[in-house]
Amino acid sequence: MADQPLVLGFETSCDETGVGLVRGQTLLSDALATSMAEHERFGGVVPEIASRAHLEAMVPTVHRALSEAGVTAGDVDAIAVTSGPGLTGALLVGVAAAKAYALALDVPLYGVNHLAAHVAVDELEHGRLAEPTIAMLVSGGHSSLLLVPDLTRDVQPLGQTIDDAAGEAFDKVARVLGLPFPGGPPIDRAAREGDPASIAFPRGLTGPRDAFYDFSFSGLKTAVARWVEARERAGEPVPVADVAAAFQEAVVDVLTAKAVRACRDHGVDHLVIGGGVAANSRLRALAAERCAAAGIVLRTPSPRLCTDNGAMVAALGSRLVEAGVAPSAVDLGADSSLPIDVVSR
Amino acid sequence: MLVLALDTATPTLVVGLARWAPGSGAEVLAERAVASGNRHAELLTPTIRAVLADAGHSMGDLDAVVTGLGPGPFTGLRVGVVTAAAVADARGLPVVGVCSLDAIGSGARTVVTDARRKELYWATYAADDRRTTGPAVDRPEDVVRTPPLVGDAVAGSQRLGVPVTAAEVTTAGLLRAAAPQLGAPATAGPLEPLYLRRPDAVPPALRKAVSQP
Ligand SMILES: [Zn+2]
Repeated sequence: MADQPLVLGFETSCDETGVGLVRGQTLLSDALATSMAEHERFGGVVPEIASRAHLEAMVPTVHRALSEAGVTAGDVDAIAVTSGPGLTGALLVGVAAAKAYALALDVPLYGVNHLAAHVAVDELEHGRLAEPTIAMLVSGGHSSLLLVPDLTRDVQPLGQTIDDAAGEAFDKVARVLGLPFPGGPPIDRAAREGDPASIAFPRGLTGPRDAFYDFSFSGLKTAVARWVEARERAGEPVPVADVAAAFQEAVVDVLTAKAVRACRDHGVDHLVIGGGVAANSRLRALAAERCAAAGIVLRTPSPRLCTDNGAMVAALGSRLVEAGVAPSAVDLGADSSLPIDVVSR
Repeated sequence: MLVLALDTATPTLVVGLARWAPGSGAEVLAERAVASGNRHAELLTPTIRAVLADAGHSMGDLDAVVTGLGPGPFTGLRVGVVTAAAVADARGLPVVGVCSLDAIGSGARTVVTDARRKELYWATYAADDRRTTGPAVDRPEDVVRTPPLVGDAVAGSQRLGVPVTAAEVTTAGLLRAAAPQLGAPATAGPLEPLYLRRPDAVPPALRKAVSQP
């Protein structure tokens, strides 16, 4: 194991400062600092606040990652960093830091795609991915269906959200229901006490003429807000648990149906689900049920690794080193809208 | 000691390598100023590499790092500060942050740079280079004008309505400003950028109705 490369990964695309270390496919450490609490009162991530927090947290988070792994900076063989997609100012803190560590330690640097890193992280827990695999990534920033013939060089977009990301819909509905930000965990909790069949909320983009691999959550979010407002106007109490359960069911019903269909259509029998929304307990349960029925092997990282972290970037970096992919050029920058088919640059 | 100095507080990226000793000041061995605009993140590390090569030195020869802390446009400013912090951390070196305006020009002067939004970053200095006012960010009419005026000639002259002589951050200026802390690295403060402005962030209004009755 000691002969496998030690890879340091940096992630700063949103509000989490993540620094992780992997050796080969083994997770050594995963240090995280978050500015989430500072964004709470704004109901969403404020880019400048996130960027300032990344700068403050950067060196201490590197130190935590190194000490948790029991290694020193001089032991690092390669560095990987999220270079997009994400918030430009936030990305640039990580990119600049990673470039500086790579320069100072004289090791190669890999600028990687955040979405591909969400797929790669599963290898740290469940071993090498079967390729091709279908990957569904759902978070506050993205909702994508991908066909992955080769995680290091060939990732193909099948569909994505045409409006809100899945996680954004959770945040907005939580707000409507008076639940805290971010909305995913409180809705998940509230929904356990509710009846998912109590209200029939719409399933976006599931008509026969719709682009089947794309997602839409904006209409659902509006439908929930209307329903709640109608109750409030009528002076009736809002059944928070039922609304949460019915909303959540509408989201995960669409997500899992589309993921399973993508597998079937492409003759692929492996599905990976990642991103913050993949920590949702109902999504995990329904995906497991539907994949079992369809003969698909489902892989989901543990909830801790579903959300943004540095280990996922290190995991992808490790694969790139192993595959002999060329490191990034010295003028690597950040690309807030890096296309998903660019795995590294 | 061999000192790497860098600054990304203005559109001109500055990287220099200098030999410094307490009392005898700085001897600049190599320096590059790159009109990098908003590409500091792309160009900073290649420029550091080039400056080291110009002077025939390598990373392993460095004894300290100095960086400008602004004020300046936040995104580019952070690139320089985090780079200095990371290089110093990776090599186990002391790192010193200085006000970037201190490193522009010398002697009694007012230094102005572009703060966008019709405002200027500015500071005034005594003949011995001691900062007497600022750094601050203000509308042009609120800038104290101790002649000569130096710094961003375009933005400065335009907004102040009087000529501003072009002057940029230099390695010598960064070293001069850092001298007290370089002499006693344990006294160096934390590397906090001089933002001078709060983040733009407005809490959203209470939930608005999405539908009308
Ligand atoms: Zn993510």
